[in-house]
Amino acid sequence: QEKLASRKKRRKEREALGDQAPPKPVPKTIENQRVYDETTVDPNDEEVAFDESTDEFAPYFNRQTIPKILITTSDRPRGRTVRFCEQLSTVIPNSHVYYRRGLALKRIIPQCIARDFTDLIVINEDRKIPNGLVLSHLPDGPTAHFRMSSVRLRKEIKRKGKEPTEHVPEVILNNFTTRLGHSIGRMFASLFPHDPQFIGRQVATFHNQRDYIFFRFHRYIFKSEKKVGIQELGPRFTLKLRSLQKGTFDSKFGEYEWIHKRREMDTSRRKFHL
Amino acid sequence: QVLLSRNYEKALEEIDENLIYWPRFIRHKCKQRFTKITQYLIRIRKLTLKRQRKLVPLSRKIERREKRREEKALVAAQLDNAIEKELLERLKQATYGDIYNFPIHAFDKALQQQDAESDSDVEKEEEEEEDADKREFVEADDSELSDFEDMDKLETSSEEEQEDKSSSEEEEKEREKKAARSKSKGKTPLKGPARKKRPYIEIEYEEETEPTAKTKTT
Repeated sequence: QEKLASRKKRRKEREALGDQAPPKPVPKTIENQRVYDETTVDPNDEEVAFDESTDEFAPYFNRQTIPKILITTSDRPRGRTVRFCEQLSTVIPNSHVYYRRGLALKRIIPQCIARDFTDLIVINEDRKIPNGLVLSHLPDGPTAHFRMSSVRLRKEIKRKGKEPTEHVPEVILNNFTTRLGHSIGRMFASLFPHDPQFIGRQVATFHNQRDYIFFRFHRYIFKSEKKVGIQELGPRFTLKLRSLQKGTFDSKFGEYEWIHKRREMDTSRRKFHL
Repeated sequence: QVLLSRNYEKALEEIDENLIYWPRFIRHKCKQRFTKITQYLIRIRKLTLKRQRKLVPLSRKIERREKRREEKALVAAQLDNAIEKELLERLKQATYGDIYNFPIHAFDKALQQQDAESDSDVEKEEEEEEDADKREFVEADDSELSDFEDMDKLETSSEEEQEDKSSSEEEEKEREKKAARSKSKGKTPLKGPARKKRPYIEIEYEEETEPTAKTKTT
């Protein structure tokens, strides 16, 4: 009751003042109130820049390696997962889908390295829908385990577009602020070849918002010099990081760089880690 | 309790020996039970050698919480706007090279920031660029110029522009012209959206040589 009264009073005052009224107060959003994370990357941070030039993605960023991706699933993939894998392979250039008939991951990995793959994606499945993603950078690179949700296949997206072409898409990485976010962002970037073909006019977006990474794939067209139209093609999904391991996939002996601990990390509504 | 031997067949015999005075049916059932147990023990040992599926319990409360947060995050993200903004940023920073012929805006911004050029220069450069890019506006733009000299310059520049379609070269030419021209003409400053309307008005006021100009260039 009091709040209503005070709000009405304030509005009257503002109208009365007219042009001289003080500017409206900015509404509080979760992004505004976010607890400041110590590990936020400063663009001019030297240490971070040095780290990035010497970490496992350096060969990619120095254009020494071309990404070659292997997509696979857990045992016995169901129809939806299979279709999702296929669509994913069209989105990511130079990727191959292989089915896993009971092969152990530990044994796959040396074979992959021998055949020159740079990245491995495993899509885990549960009750006929994909629900987990393991992305590991192969020559002994970090492994990230995500929980995948809200997967939409290409035919479920409302659009009238065509299939994505074979051109190399551009990559947009949004909002990866902290150190952790930065490394994950670079992991995603290393999936795509470094030189996008602008003729294709395709863009893959990884947008991080409140620890959820949204993946979208669009085709853009510039209507004029301040207007761009985008048309969504390609699957979409959201990821939530569960853990990040230093070496390749190893559940028992791996060295975890970051794990999502539910008890500790989910307490505050304004604290995010990515 | 009698401990049966490890050997399957011997164990069956031992069952028979120990339960010697029991009815046949019961002995049979006993042996069946024994067979079942040994088989599933074998299966256990085989399975533990392979990889096993670890079941991770999914708490419904947490699942619901995550789902809700995801929806809110999606709404807060405003993905389409963000993507569009990013693409426009990249366009502005010329990461796309010369594929897209929209140098007008970057040019405008540069001019406004510098704030050193005269307004007429702004107009003319805009006009020339519009000539090259959008053929529809050719006639209107041609008649925007006020002086013969500028008309001449426009003629030559438009011819050249017809030959080479690269916007970078246009920009270079315009920059040179910008540097060359330092006289200020008493035209009022134009704003962006008003730009295209203005020419129609200005034609009537300023130019007398329009018809001839039109025939020259078009």
